[in-house]
Amino acid sequence: MTDTADTRTDPVVDAPAERCPVHDLATDYDMFDPDYMRDPVPAWAELRGTCPIAHTERNGGSWLPTRYDDVQAMARMVPSLSSLSPLVIDLPDEIADDPATGFFSGYNAGAPISADPPVQGWTRRLLLPHFTPKAVEPLRGYTERLCHELIDGFIDEGGCDATAQYAQQIPPRLIARKLGIDESRGNQFTEWVRNAGELGQLDPELRVRSRKVIRDFFHSEVADRRADPKDPKDDLISALLESEVEGEPITDEMVVGMCNLQLVAGIETTRSSIGSALWHLAGHEDDRRRLAAEPDLWDTALEELLRFYSPVTMGRNATEDVDYGDVAFRKGDKILMNFPGANHDPEVFDNPDVVVLDRQRNRHIAFGAGIHRCAGSNLARMEMEVALMAWFERIPEFTLSDPDAMVWSGGQIRGPRILPIAFG
Amino acid sequence: MRIKVDAEKCEGHSRCYSLAPELVDVDDLGNAFELNDGEVPPELEDRARLIVDNCPEFAILITEE
Repeated sequence: MTDTADTRTDPVVDAPAERCPVHDLATDYDMFDPDYMRDPVPAWAELRGTCPIAHTERNGGSWLPTRYDDVQAMARMVPSLSSLSPLVIDLPDEIADDPATGFFSGYNAGAPISADPPVQGWTRRLLLPHFTPKAVEPLRGYTERLCHELIDGFIDEGGCDATAQYAQQIPPRLIARKLGIDESRGNQFTEWVRNAGELGQLDPELRVRSRKVIRDFFHSEVADRRADPKDPKDDLISALLESEVEGEPITDEMVVGMCNLQLVAGIETTRSSIGSALWHLAGHEDDRRRLAAEPDLWDTALEELLRFYSPVTMGRNATEDVDYGDVAFRKGDKILMNFPGANHDPEVFDNPDVVVLDRQRNRHIAFGAGIHRCAGSNLARMEMEVALMAWFERIPEFTLSDPDAMVWSGGQIRGPRILPIAFG
Repeated sequence: MRIKVDAEKCEGHSRCYSLAPELVDVDDLGNAFELNDGEVPPELEDRARLIVDNCPEFAILITEE
């Protein structure tokens, strides 16, 4: 059922062979340590008590805040902490400084996720109307049909890999539908963004190559629409091509950058949240049965699962030497927006390391905070809600069939990448 | 009870709209605003407290108990 051979060729999983053991989290944390990827909560708890803003020289160097208030404050340090390169590991200088490849050091032109004000503001305002709760609601029916079709495909097997066969199949199709590109290429889109992101973090050449594939793909989609316009109502690419800023159309390059953003930010993130939620509920009978019996709990339960298993860590770079408390960031330093760690801070959340399905006080920042709040958060929330509720409608009882085969991704986006589940 | 959304603080998470669409709505940029001048019917007071406690930007206030 589960293709465990895949893990043996996975460079992220293979990497520990040459990994130095971590002796001191405060000065040498390792976001790609297999134990940390499996369960980072103990490391965050230790750091909050000993060194709440840790530093490492690994992977080009970075800072890791673990307190909620610090992450909230740093997310608002604009522009002294810049978003031009929001990945958790920057490309090496020799690639970033090369004109042929340096273009890929950030995300792309036009994407607010990799911009600072004022560009961040106007590019974001172009996208936001397409991702309000009401703008994503028309996709709900499609999402429900998709989820049920996926379940139809494996329900008689008695089990499945809930990430490869379910969680991973949903977001790429939604993003494709939103953009107006070929939904049937969902697995290929996932492979591109995984190579550009998860696997590309530790393999800069793979990262650059994959980003070029994505960019070329969208340039071709844009050219097709220039030649043969489509209805902008059903096609975000066409809507963006028609949009204007202060009376001027935006460039094709900017539209390509915004499309790239949809793909790299809208697939691995949401599939991680769906997968983590299923992992939790498979392993926690009390929560699973309570949700099955009390479906009114879904609205707070979704937010709680987002809090507990927040998938995304974003990067910032100091644009100048800047002090934060007694920590001195130097110009160029990478600072990690540790939203997942912030969401486990006991100063802010009662019993933070327990999932409480009806948690009352839950100001989690799984979608970030401040001006870079995830622009697609309403789409992600709708997908997660539909995916989990459809699953529970069809498969209310399920367990982990092979916990040792479970594989977590880490670094920028944490979530299950292999998740064997048995039904009933 | 009466609530107020601070438009300066709201960043459009829409957590309030998702939990209590009877009390708030969101504009085209996702920014929330209170409905009915912020007046909260007695049966929705728990929901009002819930959206206050779920705003990541600390943007919703109870202005009258």
